[in-house]
Amino acid sequence: MHPLLRTVLQRLGLGLITLFVVSLIIFSAIEFLPGDFAKAILGQAATPETVEAFQKEIGLDKPPVERYLNWIGGILQGDFGSSFSSRVGFRRTVLDIIAPRLWNTLFLAGITALVAVPLALGLGLMAALYRNSFFDRAINAATLTTISFPEFFVAYILMLFLAVQLRWFPSLSNVSADMPFFERLERSALPVLTLTLVIVAHMMRMTRAAIIGLLASPYIEMARLKGVSPGQVILRHALPNAWAPIANVVAFNLAYLVVGAVVVEVVFVYPGIGQAMVDAVRSRDIPVVQACALIFAVTYILLNLLADIISIATNPRLLHPR
Amino acid sequence: MKSDARKSDAKRTKGETLLEIRDLKISGQSDDVWHEIVKGVDLTLKRGEVLGLIGESGAGKSTIGLAAMGFARPGCKITGGSIIFDGKDLRKASEEERRALRGSRIAYVAQSAAASFNPAHRIIDQTVETAVGHDVLDRGKAEADAKDLYTRLKLPNPATIGSRYPHQVSGGQLQRAMTAMAMSCRPDLIIFDEPTTALDVTTQVDVLAAMRDIVEQFNTAAIYITHDLAVVAQMAHRIMVLRHGKLIEEAPTREMLKSPKEAYTKTLWAVRSLAMPERTGKDVVLRVHDVDATYGGIVKVLENVTVQVPRGRTVAVVGESGSGKSTLARVITGLLPPRKGEVYFNGKPLPRALKDRDKDTLRRIQMIYQSADTALNPRQRVRDVIGRPLEFYLGLKGQERDRKVVELLEQIELSEDLIDRLPGELSGGQKQRICIARALAADPELIICDEVTSALDQIVQEGILKLLLKLQKETNVSYLFITHDIATVRAIADEIVVMYQGRVVQQGLKTEVLSPPHPPYTELLLSSVPEMDPDWLTRLLEKRQAKGKVSA
Repeated sequence: MHPLLRTVLQRLGLGLITLFVVSLIIFSAIEFLPGDFAKAILGQAATPETVEAFQKEIGLDKPPVERYLNWIGGILQGDFGSSFSSRVGFRRTVLDIIAPRLWNTLFLAGITALVAVPLALGLGLMAALYRNSFFDRAINAATLTTISFPEFFVAYILMLFLAVQLRWFPSLSNVSADMPFFERLERSALPVLTLTLVIVAHMMRMTRAAIIGLLASPYIEMARLKGVSPGQVILRHALPNAWAPIANVVAFNLAYLVVGAVVVEVVFVYPGIGQAMVDAVRSRDIPVVQACALIFAVTYILLNLLADIISIATNPRLLHPR
Repeated sequence: MKSDARKSDAKRTKGETLLEIRDLKISGQSDDVWHEIVKGVDLTLKRGEVLGLIGESGAGKSTIGLAAMGFARPGCKITGGSIIFDGKDLRKASEEERRALRGSRIAYVAQSAAASFNPAHRIIDQTVETAVGHDVLDRGKAEADAKDLYTRLKLPNPATIGSRYPHQVSGGQLQRAMTAMAMSCRPDLIIFDEPTTALDVTTQVDVLAAMRDIVEQFNTAAIYITHDLAVVAQMAHRIMVLRHGKLIEEAPTREMLKSPKEAYTKTLWAVRSLAMPERTGKDVVLRVHDVDATYGGIVKVLENVTVQVPRGRTVAVVGESGSGKSTLARVITGLLPPRKGEVYFNGKPLPRALKDRDKDTLRRIQMIYQSADTALNPRQRVRDVIGRPLEFYLGLKGQERDRKVVELLEQIELSEDLIDRLPGELSGGQKQRICIARALAADPELIICDEVTSALDQIVQEGILKLLLKLQKETNVSYLFITHDIATVRAIADEIVVMYQGRVVQQGLKTEVLSPPHPPYTELLLSSVPEMDPDWLTRLLEKRQAKGKVSA
């Protein structure tokens, strides 16, 4: 078997094991939370009988191991269970609640990634090429500034100037499923911009540092002594050897777009999965919380797996063994 | 044919001037202070001429070589003089103009091909990059030409070797591929910067021959930079000896070898003149008996190795890289438990693994490494480096410990003022002496010296070797001296063990091993050591061709 394929399969296996452990943690963490969910949901007026009936209805009367197995077994078949907000005759599946939200979040994350990753790489490469110049310092200072402010602050500032004063973009991003693509894009503009400002600095600085770290290598000197132009030295000779650290930081930031965008979602009233989770926590809708947590874990694991694969695939020593 | 080439020496040194450097001054920055590292050097090179630049590290050889391309390393700047290449002053030319010359008309071959090839690209892509980038040839023609150059440089499988990545071929092959890369635009001038220093002697011969051949074929002028006089003698028509950024002496090669004028030039022979008579020894300290060792249980790196070290004597282990010399050291120290066989110390078998050995056993066997730079913790002062084994093995503390540290510094001929220095504040030779003192502090019976002088200049090497001999006389310690340098072996060994591909091919007293008849591999190894004779390489190649090379 090709060593690359073997490594990928190994990592995939490890990812699955990690996911299994994470699912156990998620399930038991919620299990150990104090209080009785049925009582909490039914409120003060609950009689022992109604509590028992409710517990039976949502399956809380069964032992934890059985519930865990049911939960995991369902997920493996694509069934994330029913929301606690279901009532007899009106079943709301977790999937119904989460799926549109997850799609919204992935849309936002995808658009932001399309803007932010090339921007950060481009700026990082330029900063490395013109290192210690005015451009380098300016871009470093600017990105550091945007990352230093809290996201909600950046969000409100952008809203104030771009939405309220200049009226270029709508201030609320309440997208809906039947919205045409471009309207959706326009509505999402401000959250995309905010998130871009938040993540660009990290990726750009890593790109710059990874490239500059290689510039002292003998093979870079060799390229210069071969008369290769400065731009080509960076692009052809440094960048191919710098993918591993860059990919790791990019993966980390992309995961953040899915997992950590909740503040920005709240500010712009964007119906993403972060908001869904916050709502579910508030209403103690445990199946939804569990599903969200699991989705976040999968995001992290998949993106890190991807970064690992990129690191391996760009290392000729692993890709082309002796 | 070779004698024809030699006859043309006169023509070459009288031809048209290609490069003329006048009063070159270069400054280098260290700790924010600029120091002049090249102090007004003149250099003239004719078309097709090969000029040797020789000197120890810090002499400014590489800096001058790079300046001939109008290039200064980061932290260096050219501060004065002129560099006229084919009528154009490179100092006055724009960076764009200089870049146009680099690779196309002036090419560079670096010391470590393994580090100078980009690990991310195939060899052929890097070979043709200059020719394609400078619009000399189109891609297809450049590739065909690269394969032709590979053939001329006698690379194996010239048609396909280019499709491999740098880590997939050997150091000697990479060095030749880099020469092909330099040749791709048929430059007027090639700078060879210590191109064979990182290679084994047996590989060096082939690479030297290939490089000399191709430079002659295309009548390319070259500056050949090295610290090894015997190597430069094979390559250069004329030699310049440099020291501390200044020219010491300049003469045609034969003249220089026959009658060096300056005292400094004569010291470049230093180690080669050191030759200790051998002594026999009966009392065996260490006996490695019939040892096999593997890495990962698959690759056999030692096979049936038996080696003895007498007390108070020096046993040199020689062989090329990959012969198992360092693995033998790892087996003796317990870092790599052997698969088969035993290691006896003072007649008793040693526990195989390091973790099973008691402190006193550990104390008796010490090690000194090739690179003192990496063997010393950069944040520990000399006092702690030497004091640590005193405390650990002998339980010395406080003033007692310091007194012993000073004593050891005296023994290794360093001033006690150095006691609070960090390794970064010491010279290469001083650092290696500190490593020796650290080994000595444990009061060992055996010291394993792994290429301890390979990274040092000739004259510093001589000092270290003399010190080791002196210490042996004082303490009756035994040395297992691992090296690939035959001159060093001649200088200090009592007995020699020749290793090849994990086996001992010959062992015995120094005079026995060094005098003929030799087993085939010893013959190859010994005959590959460059001699101070400009015709050595030519004769060697003729002799090998006549006999058919030993199948190594």
